[in-house]
Amino acid sequence: MSAIQEAVTDAPAVEAVPKRAMTLSYGTSLIMLAVLIAAPLFVKNFIIFQLTMLLIYALAVLALNILTGGSGQFSLGQSAFYAVGAYTSAILMEHAGVNYALTLPVAGVVCFGFGFLFGQPALRLSGVYLALATFALATAMPQLLKLGYFEHWTGGVQGLVVTKPDAPFGLPMSQDMWLYYFTLAVSIAIYISSVNLLRSRSGRAFMAIRDNEIAASAMGIDVALYKTLAFGVSAGITGVAGALGAIAVQFVAPDSYTITLAISLFLGMVVGGVGWLPGSIVGSAFIIFVPNIAEGISKGLSGAVFGVLLFLVIFLVPHGARQVAMVAQQLIGKLKKNQPANRN
Amino acid sequence: MTAMLNVRDLRAYYGQVQALHGLEFGLNEGSLTTLLGANGAGKTTTLRAICNMVRTTGSIEFEGALLTGRSTENIVRLGIAHVPQGRGTFTTMTVEENLQLGAITRKDKAGVVSDIERMYDHFPVLKQRYTQQAGTLSGGEQQMLAVARALMLRPRLMLLDEPSFGLAPLIVRDLFKILGKINREDKVTILVVEQNAQLALELADKAYVIETGRIVMSGNATEIANNEDVRKSYLGY
Amino acid sequence: MELLTNQILAGIATGAIYACMALAVVMIYQAIDHLNFAQGEMAMFSTFVAWQLMQWGVPYWGAFLLTLVFSFAGGIAIERLLFKPLAKAPILTNVAGFIALYAIINSVAGLIWDFTIKQFPTPFGSSPFLGSQLISTHQAGMIGVTLVLLLLLFFFFRFTRMGLAMRAAASLPESARLVGINTSWMIALGWGMAAAIGSIAGMMIAPVVFLEPNMMLGVLIYGFAAAVLGGLTSPFGAVIGGFLVGIFENLAGTYIPGVGNELKLPIALALIITVLVVKPAGLFGRPIVKRV
Repeated sequence: MSAIQEAVTDAPAVEAVPKRAMTLSYGTSLIMLAVLIAAPLFVKNFIIFQLTMLLIYALAVLALNILTGGSGQFSLGQSAFYAVGAYTSAILMEHAGVNYALTLPVAGVVCFGFGFLFGQPALRLSGVYLALATFALATAMPQLLKLGYFEHWTGGVQGLVVTKPDAPFGLPMSQDMWLYYFTLAVSIAIYISSVNLLRSRSGRAFMAIRDNEIAASAMGIDVALYKTLAFGVSAGITGVAGALGAIAVQFVAPDSYTITLAISLFLGMVVGGVGWLPGSIVGSAFIIFVPNIAEGISKGLSGAVFGVLLFLVIFLVPHGARQVAMVAQQLIGKLKKNQPANRN
Repeated sequence: MTAMLNVRDLRAYYGQVQALHGLEFGLNEGSLTTLLGANGAGKTTTLRAICNMVRTTGSIEFEGALLTGRSTENIVRLGIAHVPQGRGTFTTMTVEENLQLGAITRKDKAGVVSDIERMYDHFPVLKQRYTQQAGTLSGGEQQMLAVARALMLRPRLMLLDEPSFGLAPLIVRDLFKILGKINREDKVTILVVEQNAQLALELADKAYVIETGRIVMSGNATEIANNEDVRKSYLGY
Repeated sequence: MELLTNQILAGIATGAIYACMALAVVMIYQAIDHLNFAQGEMAMFSTFVAWQLMQWGVPYWGAFLLTLVFSFAGGIAIERLLFKPLAKAPILTNVAGFIALYAIINSVAGLIWDFTIKQFPTPFGSSPFLGSQLISTHQAGMIGVTLVLLLLLFFFFRFTRMGLAMRAAASLPESARLVGINTSWMIALGWGMAAAIGSIAGMMIAPVVFLEPNMMLGVLIYGFAAAVLGGLTSPFGAVIGGFLVGIFENLAGTYIPGVGNELKLPIALALIITVLVVKPAGLFGRPIVKRV
């Protein structure tokens, strides 16, 4: 006996971000860009490395934003795609001598394919069921990487060491600084492409599927195609992030890519604001720096402190950094309105 | 006679959008009133405002008690039953469980059991299907179930939101006959929001017409039915 | 053939753990319509509380009952303080809340009781059950407790007014309010009940896996998987799901080459997902037909 549910009155599981608000205004974007370009000139190498990781995780969170915030599919498995990207890059560099820059598109394509394939069986799952499936993928990956069959390629439990590239053409900058600018360039390219993707017809198809899958298919949208496409794109970007991560960290090992990474990326997406692409960098900052802050506050209770800080964030801004940006925008709007009156 | 329900300067908001602009009306005890209006005029919002399901300012008084500020479930406990748009049946539960839910706030077990029997008398088709999942019932049957569930509360006031929606005309006629019976025999005050003006005006004794969040006309149902503007806009002749 | 039967029996024995946890999972799902990742940690914490009471000299059943009460109250408190404020926030934000709760409870338990393994007593003894080498009296007792819990839950939801109200509140909150149900309190009660059931699961499981702050992680995942496999709306399905998961896990470990301990979890999950692709509502769940 089946239970009949009125789908029309169901609220969508992922709330929609209005298209206008999807990115920062030109002014704010330019300021952010200037800050990102200038930052490494004033800090030590280790901080530059952290900034590079900031960009890399922001990319991974962005990918998740496209998948969940864009097409409404929930994934706790991004760490698997990240790992595949990282290992693809490492294996190409160390076993086949491929130039580091060329490993990125390969990692992207391989992960796109992997994500697209995973998207197929995932078509019949949604919500908590999809969460479980992606969770399974995330827990399986480290174990698969440790398997004896692949050890010749993957280096087994120890993993592989990756050589960090020097700045090309003899440019006068450290490896860290070069890698930072390289990552920044890749990130900007991916960010702009993602924004365009979400504004394009495909993006609208994603969002239609997110908001009401039945209506979307009734409108003629090939739901299966777009859902798997979303998985593919998201996995591809995560794979590129993983490849960059491998180069930045200089090694790959199975236990670096556990479910903890997947959960962290999820938290990054929520803190940044689900579906709000600019928030990805805020989310990334949260997952990189807040655990360190927590440990600084109390070594024994670092987990509890992290949890408390996370609660504080979600109590104050349940919609993440996007909410902060909206409030800021409203305040600036009010200030602008008040100015002519002040002149009297 | 002070009205049973008194609505004064009611404004309602969905987020930033204002849906009701200072509504004023009253319902006398024992009356059967219909609220007519086009799509988007604010009919559903009015009912939701009475049950505090939407943000409001203004005052709503029911038998002397102020409703604004009370939670929906507390308003219901005062004796107001609301049959929402779309019926709101618990589709995963059986017909009988739906009826039991209607009476969930009552303490008199024996009264509940006898009331369920009375509902089966009013609506024989429900008795036939009493162990069936509510979601498998047809639209008309679900509407009857929704009304029956509301009656299980032994309400003093019953609010119905577009009960004719999606139902065949013959079924609507049956349903409205039953509503009339309930109003006269069980002394339940009824407020029916309807788009189907013709049948609603035949059933009711009083009518209000609402347009863009304001009451624009009020009076006896027959008066309103004979009003030229109403005939042109809502009755089609 | 005998190996197969033995593995199946052993699977049923371990499956009782998952069945017990799955009941708590279904309980919370009935109440709040989604899964709470911190449930395992709450169960673990409750088990530690029971252990502590026994360290202070309280006899087993006294500690058991006190822990039940503590867990019930604790569940309600956590819901009122931490999740009621998030009631209007998006689901994903609530999920982040569950993760935060997980981190907090795990860390605090580690601080209070540290990470060394402790023994937790069983009221059923651990001799072989009816002479069988595969099932101990404890495991048989665990299966018994799980079945009793299942019966109690079934009666509660099907035949009591409170159970009906809770089901209504979880299924259609707005309609539930329109019949006078205080849906907010129904959620709090659901949490309380889930915490209590979780504590029972914890106290049944601890004698087998030994008491330490990370003991519930694997169990919770299997518990979720079992609940999903059985159909999230069916406590009976959860229990069957638990046993099946135990059996899958054992058989996968024994018969699929190359699968050591590490791959058992993903394989089990993969099997469950395959079932879900065929039967999206789980084995005993009621398939939801969406009418537009």
